[in-house]
Amino acid sequence: MSIFDYFRDRKKSTPASIAKERLQIIVAHERGQRNQPDYLPQLQQEIIDVISKYVPIDREQVHVALDNQDDCSILELNITLPERP
Amino acid sequence: MAKVIVVTSGKGGVGKTTTSAAIGTGLALRGFKTVIVDFDVGLRNLDLIMGCERRVVYDFVNLINGDSNLNQTLIKDKRSDNLFILPASQTRDKDALTVEGVERVLNELKETFDYIVCDSPAGIEKGAHLAMYFADEAVVVTNPEVSSVRDSDRMLGLLSSKSRRAENGEKIKENLLLTRYNPERVENGEMLSVSDVEDILSIPLLGVIPESQAVLKASNQGIPVIMDEKSDAGQAYSDAVERLLGKDIPHRFLEAQKKGLLQRLFGGR
Repeated sequence: MSIFDYFRDRKKSTPASIAKERLQIIVAHERGQRNQPDYLPQLQQEIIDVISKYVPIDREQVHVALDNQDDCSILELNITLPERP
Repeated sequence: MAKVIVVTSGKGGVGKTTTSAAIGTGLALRGFKTVIVDFDVGLRNLDLIMGCERRVVYDFVNLINGDSNLNQTLIKDKRSDNLFILPASQTRDKDALTVEGVERVLNELKETFDYIVCDSPAGIEKGAHLAMYFADEAVVVTNPEVSSVRDSDRMLGLLSSKSRRAENGEKIKENLLLTRYNPERVENGEMLSVSDVEDILSIPLLGVIPESQAVLKASNQGIPVIMDEKSDAGQAYSDAVERLLGKDIPHRFLEAQKKGLLQRLFGGR
């Protein structure tokens, strides 16, 4: 190994480490989606439809998540309402 | 009791058929009666890799439809008395394979064989689904490359949800086979390492097959690369078969070969 390699190696991110980092993120994300039940996207859409009948909301401001803790599932619904004028 | 092993990957071109041929042949050479089943309907290729393309008369779909029987359809390998090949059909009909048909054929094969190696097509369509559906064990073939690793993770998800075992609340034994591995590029930080891929997929490592000229040489001749006992890839596949049979042997070919002075000067490989 030459002296130049030594300096090159000190750089933090190699192409392989970038690949690993990107993969870890996308794989974790996709595993999360894989485990959610099929009805979740539709549930989210219907909730948005109901709420927007009364309040104008942004689709992006609705978060639906299903958490499994031991033998108990928690459906978490988080809606940010627009600020009052 | 017969064991059904699916060789799968999601992504195409990573070495599923090469691996199916090598593992099937390796099991047969160790005395187990083995059949390799090509599930890639429409794009049959296992026959070419095994060198029996000119002896195909009937195929998997004929067998399912009752146009032929097992004896007429199975092709006996010329190198081992224990090895048989069940070729895929070249039909363009995507619905030629059915769950019931595949189950009936596999059950018939289980009566005479110790190992049934299912060579899955790429993708997540019907052929790939049926190849894994009845499996007891899976070999997930992965290249150290982003799209292959991601697709492998996807297949692991399907194995644990869309298979007979998963439906019955049992687990399919999962094995990672890393192929086309280039230790030099890993050392230069250009390629994902074995431990990187293990970290991401977190399933047990069955083997690492180095990128090797022997693979193309073998497929050109229609000889499974595991028969090339002098080659690195052939030896790595032999090790993988031993591990599949439960032996605990160390992994080889993970380090870059140090080049000697002459090799450096003349750039030989």
